Amino acid sequence: MTNQYKPIKKLTSKLRNLRTLRLMWEYTDQVMDFFYNPRNQGKITEITTGEKVVTGEVGSIACGDALSLHLKVDETTNRILDARFQTFGCASAIASSSVLTEMIKGKTVDEALKITNKEIAQSLGGLPKEKMHCSVMGQEALEAAISNYRGVPIVSHEEEEGAIVCTCFAISEARVKRVIQENNLKTTEEVTNYIKAGGGCGSCLAEIDDLVAEVNNVSIEAVQKTAPPAVKVLTNLQKIALIQEILTEHVKPVLAEDGGDVELYDVEGDIVKVQLKGACTSCASSSATLKMAIEATLRERVLPSLVVEPV
Amino acid sequence: MSVIYLDNNATTKVDEAVLEAMLPYLREYYGNPSSMHTFGGQVGAKVKEAREQVAALLGALDSEIIFTSCGTEGDNAAIQAALSAQPNKRHIVTTAVEHAAILNVCKRLEKKGYKVTYLPVNRLGQLDLEQLAASITDETALVSVMYANNESGVVFPIEKIGQIVKAKGVTFHVDAVQAVGKIPLDMKSSTIDMLTLSGHKLHAPKGMGALYVRKGVRFRPLLIGGHQERGRRGGTENVPGIIALGKAAQLAQHHLGQIEWERKLRDRLEYGLLSSIPDSEVNGDPINRLPNTTNIGFKYIEGEAILLLLNKNGICASSGSACTSGSLEPSHVLRAMGLPYTVLHGSIRFSLSRYTTEAEIDQVLAIMPTIVERLRALSPFSNDSASWLQEQEKTLSVSH
Repeated sequence: MTNQYKPIKKLTSKLRNLRTLRLMWEYTDQVMDFFYNPRNQGKITEITTGEKVVTGEVGSIACGDALSLHLKVDETTNRILDARFQTFGCASAIASSSVLTEMIKGKTVDEALKITNKEIAQSLGGLPKEKMHCSVMGQEALEAAISNYRGVPIVSHEEEEGAIVCTCFAISEARVKRVIQENNLKTTEEVTNYIKAGGGCGSCLAEIDDLVAEVNNVSIEAVQKTAPPAVKVLTNLQKIALIQEILTEHVKPVLAEDGGDVELYDVEGDIVKVQLKGACTSCASSSATLKMAIEATLRERVLPSLVVEPV
Repeated sequence: MSVIYLDNNATTKVDEAVLEAMLPYLREYYGNPSSMHTFGGQVGAKVKEAREQVAALLGALDSEIIFTSCGTEGDNAAIQAALSAQPNKRHIVTTAVEHAAILNVCKRLEKKGYKVTYLPVNRLGQLDLEQLAASITDETALVSVMYANNESGVVFPIEKIGQIVKAKGVTFHVDAVQAVGKIPLDMKSSTIDMLTLSGHKLHAPKGMGALYVRKGVRFRPLLIGGHQERGRRGGTENVPGIIALGKAAQLAQHHLGQIEWERKLRDRLEYGLLSSIPDSEVNGDPINRLPNTTNIGFKYIEGEAILLLLNKNGICASSGSACTSGSLEPSHVLRAMGLPYTVLHGSIRFSLSRYTTEAEIDQVLAIMPTIVERLRALSPFSNDSASWLQEQEKTLSVSH
């Protein structure tokens, strides 16, 4: 193998790893930095007139994380003067809490409330899917703290816990059952279409068969049938949006590490036209390998029929 | 950075002598042991020798050893064999703390109409033997109980259990994956009918195991095929793996004589951690326990965070916390023991091997207090009286 191929091999294996991260999580450097060097840990003790200190406490002991978020707010301007955290949890819980305190300092409470859990995850360069609940915890603690500041009741969120059925997309048994019930789903294929469960590696399809059969109280054979093609899964617009999202969240960051980039150029039917940029586009064979890697990712996460064409 | 490997209940280093023993059978001696020619036949002789070595470690007859691909296969084959031999008995007794290779097979069987009793354990991780006796009925086809627990290291009183089981005439299977090589075994004087072992837990490579089946016990194969393993496991033998397992069994038998050294090192680690770190406690029966394992709960902090900081210092251990399990559930073993969530999530398992040195233990003792202190400084909890925490514990103990 020539040296030229090595980065491509590394790249394709990275793209492949996106769907198989397990156990020892693939944390980003930002997550590890905020975990090893947490900013703003502790409580707020010093306070002067015109300021109010409030706390938002959320957490799920069952999942093993809890967060106590402390805010010091200027009562005239409603601006967050200081934010500190105390977290019981794993590396991503600690990092999410810490980065959140950095994000909200200096914002008004209204501005802070607009922060979504996705933004918290993004400011850490992304979180493993199974760890997205850590960013949700941060966002909920913020809501709780601000509700306390305003003296209004806290909106409660229903949490989905329990055994994970689909590890590729971190979908719990409870969620699969609920979507089957709420949407009156009759086959496993429908479940995959609705919430992607089973649409990754496919190793949980038999388990989903069991759940569909259990909820509907029918035989396993009945649920394995292909659903009638009445339900159109994605509109063209949804498809383009999803492709764009997968490229932005899962492909670009990997390419960026090696100085490469990709832009969505157009989508015609199942043909996804992309522009490859930067490093690794210097020779035809590397582009071909890259095309296959991107195609595999899109096929897995969007539609199995997609074809990627570099333009 | 050199690695301090204290995760030997997960897997172990392949012994150099084991590797040396198997290599010729990957290179020049590739014959099929079933062949008529000398080239294959000499391999067959070596497989026979390996079988004798494994049998010797267990105090069993050669013909009672079936080579398998792993512990999971052994467990599956044993359950399946017991059930197919007694098609009209549709009840299984096992424990709540078994390995997934038993628990998930039982769950699947429940869906097929079998009844399964999952015996609970107490705070020490031990069973109530009266409850066990009472759970066995005329319908019971099999009692399957692990010898030693992989997470807590707790050792069950297997022969006492076996006497109860055999008095009722029921087949007795033991998953001894964690016990073989750490506890002396003698099948000749045992009540065990079937016993599972795994190669990679005793310094053989992954992908190799064995199932002991007592002479006279009815056995139908899980893998149906050729006449290999006396018709009890089809498929051409994994010759290099079998030879490796044989060698590993021989070394394990020798090492059993020095197991007290391992126990002393483990005790040194445990005592050192408990005395230097407040709010830490040993999980599980401190007396009836594997000599190489300690599971310690460090309260108010979370296991994954501890593991990552240990990892940064080159120390490999494992945790029963939810965040390391791949699901959102913390360890079923520690939950079955009824540990409070604060202890459970901060539980770390250190498992030693014959390669562990005193210097390595001292290094862990030097680093661990700083790690715990650092994470506790971040934690909102510092004692059990936090009302917020108690509230959650209460709700959860109801829902679980």
